[in-house]
Amino acid sequence: MSDTHLAGAAGPSSTDEFVKGLWRENPVFVQALGMCPVLAVSNTALNALAMGLATLFVLVMSNAVVSLLRRFIPKQVRIATYILVIATLVTIVDYAIQAISLELYRALGAFISLIVVNCLILGRAESFASKNGMGRSILDGLGMGIGFTVALLALGAVREIFGAGSLFGVQLFHDAFQPWVMMILPSGGFFTLAGWLLLFNWLRARAEISNTATSADALEATP
Amino acid sequence: MTQEPLWSIFIGASLINNFVLAYFLGICPFLGVSGKLETASRMGGAVTFVMLVSSTCAYGINALLIAIDAPYLRLISFIAVIASTVQLVEMFIKKVSPALFRSLGIFLPLITTNCAILGLTLFQTNKGYGFVQCLAYALGAGVGFTLALVLMAGVREKLELASTPDVVRGTALTLVIAGLLSITFMGFAGLGG
Repeated sequence: MSDTHLAGAAGPSSTDEFVKGLWRENPVFVQALGMCPVLAVSNTALNALAMGLATLFVLVMSNAVVSLLRRFIPKQVRIATYILVIATLVTIVDYAIQAISLELYRALGAFISLIVVNCLILGRAESFASKNGMGRSILDGLGMGIGFTVALLALGAVREIFGAGSLFGVQLFHDAFQPWVMMILPSGGFFTLAGWLLLFNWLRARAEISNTATSADALEATP
Repeated sequence: MTQEPLWSIFIGASLINNFVLAYFLGICPFLGVSGKLETASRMGGAVTFVMLVSSTCAYGINALLIAIDAPYLRLISFIAVIASTVQLVEMFIKKVSPALFRSLGIFLPLITTNCAILGLTLFQTNKGYGFVQCLAYALGAGVGFTLALVLMAGVREKLELASTPDVVRGTALTLVIAGLLSITFMGFAGLGG
């Protein structure tokens, strides 16, 4: 714990920019950003994965463009500029998914267009890409995007396993399994996310307790 | 243009397909501003107003974009309209009620990135509603959003006084309540045809 703290004081390394989005600052489980798509399209694992990858692409590209242009954008109109950049990228993704798989496009529906208003993307543009170079911003976007995708997948997998008895469309259980229809319905999304958050809260509380215990031990050991 | 009656559009948008509890749109302000009943109801009012204005503008813009054959500009122009409407509302509230302006805080400019509003403009375009139908749809969505926010705030105000374990406090508990509300709203399915 103290080692990472020292490294942080000396300026975060490039790996750290990447890794922080995966766990310590996970956009969904820790920061609670971009919840709408997380809940809405996580009814099957495949939808969740597609949505995660689309968001990952937009996030990396918008971070790259914003960090490149950060010296030219006047401070007063920066938010509007970021939104225009993001909206352009999302339009590209929207048409690309339509071209690749019409079935997937129908399943995700308007939620592809709604990536524009994912607070995560605007948040990273404003708080990271507008202050850092292109390389770091891309790493940050990759880390956050992968963290977001993993969270979506965690939610989608749980909901599909219980709600349909399958994972990525592959049947997991015997025919006698009665699917929990509620997990596919909107309320199931709320409950599953609450369950994951509870698990992480509990893990973090336990880690804190053991941390304070070990540091107390260390204090007692040193005279 | 569809021939759906206005009352059925209104009921559909506000109760059956409630934007927050069935479509998961606008979750951020739903979790963020639902702590106090008064703030929640005013936030609902602001969002309803932005929805009505954006819906009107989006209807016009969509007609224009179809006329000049440039549907790929739809998303960009919709978000530009919403951003300017929110800016307008922000200036208005700041002038009229500084207290409300402070209590809404960061969530006021964030109405721009409220998916409920962009979602509304996109859905009304997809469904091919006429002008009056768009207005009914926007009003229904706004009322539904306010309803969900106010119900949530009421429950959370009571919950402040209850003793809950430390682990569930915060977002997790709010999400469980949202799930229960969502189940309740499923009871409206079948209303209005």
